[in-house]
Amino acid sequence: MSAGQIAVSGRRPDVAAAVVGWARRNTWTVGLFGLLIVFIVVTKILQPNYGAPGVQGLAISILPIAFAAVAQTIVVIGGGIDLSVGPVMALASVTSAVLMKDQSDLFGVGVVIGVLLLGLLVGAINGGLVVVTKVPDIVVTLATSFVWAGTALLILNTPGGGASPWIMAIITGPLGNPWIPKALVVLAILVAVVWVPLRRSRFGLALYAVGSHPLAAFRSGIAVGPTKIVAYALAGFFAALGGLSLTATGGVGAPVPGSYTLQSVAAIVLGGVSLAGGRGGVLGPIIAVIVLALVRTDLFFAGVDPNWSTAIQGAILIGVVMFGSLVAMRKVRA
Amino acid sequence: MDQTDATPELLLDATDVAKAYGAVLALRSASLAVRPGEVHALMGANGAGKSTLVKILTGGVRPDHGTILVKGKPFAPRSPTDARRGGIVSVYQEPSLIPDLDVRSNLRLTRTSPESVRHWLAELGLPDLDLTSVVRDLPLAALRIIDLARALAMEPAILMLDEMTAALPANLTERVLEVIGRVKGSAQSVIFISHRMIEIGAVCDRATVLREGSTVGVVEVTERSEDRIVALMLGDIVRRGTVVRSEASAVAARAADATPRLSARNLTVGRELSDVSFDLYPGEVLGVVALEGQGQDELFDVLSGSERPTGGELVVDGQPRSFRHPADAIRAGLVYVPADRAEALLMQRSVRENIALPFTTRFGAWGPIDLRGERKKVEGAISTLQIDTRAAGEVRRLSGGNQQKVTIARWVAGGVRTMLCFDPTRGIDIGTKQQIYQLLRDLAAAGAAVLLYTSELKEVQLACDRAIVIFGGRIVAEIAVADADEATLLRAAYDLRPEELMPEELASAAVAAETADASMVGQP
Amino acid sequence: MTGGADGTVATRRVRPFADGGLRRLFRERPLIPLTILLAFLVVVLELAKPGIVNGGWLATTIRAAIPLAILAACQTLAMLTGGIDLSVGAVASMAAFLLATLATGQGPVVAIVVALVAAAIAGLVTGIGVGVFKVHPLIMTLGMSLVVLGLMSVYQLLMVRSGTLIPDPIQWLGSGISFGFVPNNLVVFVPVALLVVIGLRRSGYGRLLFAVGDNPIAARLAGTRIWQVLVALYVLSAVLAAIAGILIAGLANTATVSLVEQSVLPSVAAAVIGGTSIMGGRGGYAGTIIGALILTVVTTLLTVLEMPEAVRQVLFGVIIVSVAAAYTRVSGEA
Repeated sequence: MSAGQIAVSGRRPDVAAAVVGWARRNTWTVGLFGLLIVFIVVTKILQPNYGAPGVQGLAISILPIAFAAVAQTIVVIGGGIDLSVGPVMALASVTSAVLMKDQSDLFGVGVVIGVLLLGLLVGAINGGLVVVTKVPDIVVTLATSFVWAGTALLILNTPGGGASPWIMAIITGPLGNPWIPKALVVLAILVAVVWVPLRRSRFGLALYAVGSHPLAAFRSGIAVGPTKIVAYALAGFFAALGGLSLTATGGVGAPVPGSYTLQSVAAIVLGGVSLAGGRGGVLGPIIAVIVLALVRTDLFFAGVDPNWSTAIQGAILIGVVMFGSLVAMRKVRA
Repeated sequence: MDQTDATPELLLDATDVAKAYGAVLALRSASLAVRPGEVHALMGANGAGKSTLVKILTGGVRPDHGTILVKGKPFAPRSPTDARRGGIVSVYQEPSLIPDLDVRSNLRLTRTSPESVRHWLAELGLPDLDLTSVVRDLPLAALRIIDLARALAMEPAILMLDEMTAALPANLTERVLEVIGRVKGSAQSVIFISHRMIEIGAVCDRATVLREGSTVGVVEVTERSEDRIVALMLGDIVRRGTVVRSEASAVAARAADATPRLSARNLTVGRELSDVSFDLYPGEVLGVVALEGQGQDELFDVLSGSERPTGGELVVDGQPRSFRHPADAIRAGLVYVPADRAEALLMQRSVRENIALPFTTRFGAWGPIDLRGERKKVEGAISTLQIDTRAAGEVRRLSGGNQQKVTIARWVAGGVRTMLCFDPTRGIDIGTKQQIYQLLRDLAAAGAAVLLYTSELKEVQLACDRAIVIFGGRIVAEIAVADADEATLLRAAYDLRPEELMPEELASAAVAAETADASMVGQP
Repeated sequence: MTGGADGTVATRRVRPFADGGLRRLFRERPLIPLTILLAFLVVVLELAKPGIVNGGWLATTIRAAIPLAILAACQTLAMLTGGIDLSVGAVASMAAFLLATLATGQGPVVAIVVALVAAAIAGLVTGIGVGVFKVHPLIMTLGMSLVVLGLMSVYQLLMVRSGTLIPDPIQWLGSGISFGFVPNNLVVFVPVALLVVIGLRRSGYGRLLFAVGDNPIAARLAGTRIWQVLVALYVLSAVLAAIAGILIAGLANTATVSLVEQSVLPSVAAAVIGGTSIMGGRGGYAGTIIGALILTVVTTLLTVLEMPEAVRQVLFGVIIVSVAAAYTRVSGEA
């Protein structure tokens, strides 16, 4: 039984070994981290003045996309895909901006809570439709993306409304050290408080199980439908956070979703989340969001016409995915 | 509904269970009574309703009517968890483990104690399994054993095993059967579903036989009960045991200077297959015999163009060939019938489109289809194979046996020169099996060459002219059909010389095989 | 309208037993309920604004539906293989924009040839990505639309002086109506539609599209070189998109780099409504055409009712989900 006990007792005390083990299981994330460092170096070379203010600006600009990427990650791990992330962000943004305009701070807090609940509800509707109608996720969320985008436009036809000053203050500026942007801290805290505990819970296991093999998950006693609904609701929650940060960074509500859905999909693919479900985490996509933002920054510093940047981003997305599938094909052959 | 009091000593008492899917009656009136401490076989040809009954007992579907009592209490599970709570745990044909999680997380999901699972793993012959390994990285056989160990650790009143031993290596099968046999006389029971008569005979106490959705009999399993079970399964159409092979053996007819249709020369695939050479002549059915995982999968993958060999060469009709894609093999006349119908069929498409699929795959055939010519070829193949086309609109609505016929008809329609069949009778009923043997013989008689891997040793004498035996990736024996009785083949498959004594752990398998053999001899 | 005739066919096919009839009807003849839905919408339109349904209305409706139907052909073909082509908007816009910028200098014929060739090249890249590198079609086509859009933005800057002009023949083709009720773009559409409908049923390539979508493993084992099928598919899809883009330019009498972008999601919607399964292996083009007509009539209806654009979006979403759910209900039980 000794072998059994070692395996059963599981957690090794050796932290270094644990880190090495984690790195081995997450080679993609480690590689991505290397890529991030490369781009930071490139940025510094291109623009030797790049410093704390640049980091601050970068952090604020990635916040909405990072939340969108987390939202997309959760759904994709559970074997789905949410094409309505962008419109839900728009819906959350306009709702918050319309309600918060010229209101007290306390009311603003209430609005934030209300909008987050709205995100949960909207996400739960997405998930509920997927589960009840048994229509493929991509079709359902394509359809609901029309619905949420239309609803956002009905609430606010053009950018407008306002944001409570405190919510803008919470994400702008440094925290203590000028190199530590508040926006990044907010992102880290929210992900740590909401996602990490969930990931370790039975729900987390169930989410990966449902994404990995729905039939086996069902036979293992997992309530597949409710797990999916919760995953979509969580995605709605993070999309609402993304919408709130849009309002907070812009000071007004943004009714047109922009390309956040697309960017969230790009980020998770680059971040090592398998579109087939069951594999990946939120760290990779967040790093991917930063890398993609740095690419844009570097292109700007390099004096490349901004019109090129869209094409280059598309090429990077395609290139990364092709590289990923080449690696996968090699593995299969080996 | 008349209230028959549940006999208290029955662990499971299902009576008059029925289920219809739309207009299709999957279960008419099924009954199943399982006593405590017995291993109870559930038998039936394909389409008899076994899988529907299993789904009902595990909470997959709800019956339309009928009563089910477990330990005297009404049992109507809505999910596998529900069924487990009610006392029934099932092990399915495909492991129900999550591929992307490690074994421990899988156990946590089902709230099973790892210590208990470890105990059962040791009992089942896998004491050293690392529970932190990710399921995706483990071999299939290990997954089945883990699945079973997990089910045993749940200590259910009734353990249901659905084709659990299919494709399990023989040594593990032995351990499984031994562990299952321990329930005898305890408070637990096992419902055992298998197509393998040998296993039924070795481990089961009684057998319930289903035919066309109804229970047609309950049989005490003894040495002589196989006939009766088969008779019950087949109903009126008992045609079993007839050797379909014509006496004018193709081997005898083969001219000494004939060119082999297919020659393998020192074929090697990684470590799985080494130095395999054989000739396949027109007009013969060459059997391939091997225990699970001895390299036969790789051999067929290479011959069908799905995988490239790492060494050796293939000669087809005297020409050296190398295949980069199944299309290359097909062009060289080598057509492949896989064991898994899910790999071969377009389930949502019609029988006709499935059969006609190979006609249009070449770039040159992408244009307009000659519908009349196609219909003629397809109908010819349908009648050759006697495919039941009542549900021809979508292949997924056909029975398993008919689906398998479609996979063969696809090649028959275009004319077969060399057919590679990988366990084509796996999981299908005896009647269809007979038709497939007959067809293979007919093809050979018409000049085709057939390579047939089979996991059922007795098929060799029914369908083949000679057999090669693969063990550990090498050909270890070539046996003429006259000598290819099951005991000989089994010894060869374990790479034992005929005169050697068998190791102790194999002896029981041989005994079981010989027992089954003896009972077969006793038939008309 | 042919609703009445189809209705009699329907009653003949309906079996007496309980719910089987309607299900069978939906599963085996989805065109009939779809046509009934279309007729119903036309009746509602006539009730909403009596007198609107006449020859002129018919012509403008068909004229508006045709480019959408061609874009939806791209989705139908891609969806049959289990894919999707979200790059149709970018490719169609590119074709339109190339035509508009080149027509003055090079003449309309050269401009059209360049537009079609450029589209075919874009489709070739997509097809190689999906077919050879096995990139998920959703990702590949999203990435390609970024690349195409980006390249066109750069091109736009270079061509800023030459300006855009839609040649008269293209205007005639895209927006003209002959005899008061025959839209000229039928000249393009009829051959395209016939080719797609008949090709899917009676050509070897059509069979392979279904086969690849239904079961790629089986298709390969039967000798299909799947990459060939997919490369051809995405080239074909891009060329069709380019044709649609040129017609849209003729209709709008203008061309921008994002002219067709807003039709991408409706094109998917039309295919879904028409009964093509996004999971592959099931569907056809005739349903898609009716789907495009339904969406066009709904748009007209909302304009008549003076509903804002936002309501149209919400309604599109609701229609997609409900129709897809209906299909899943009738075909899901196996």
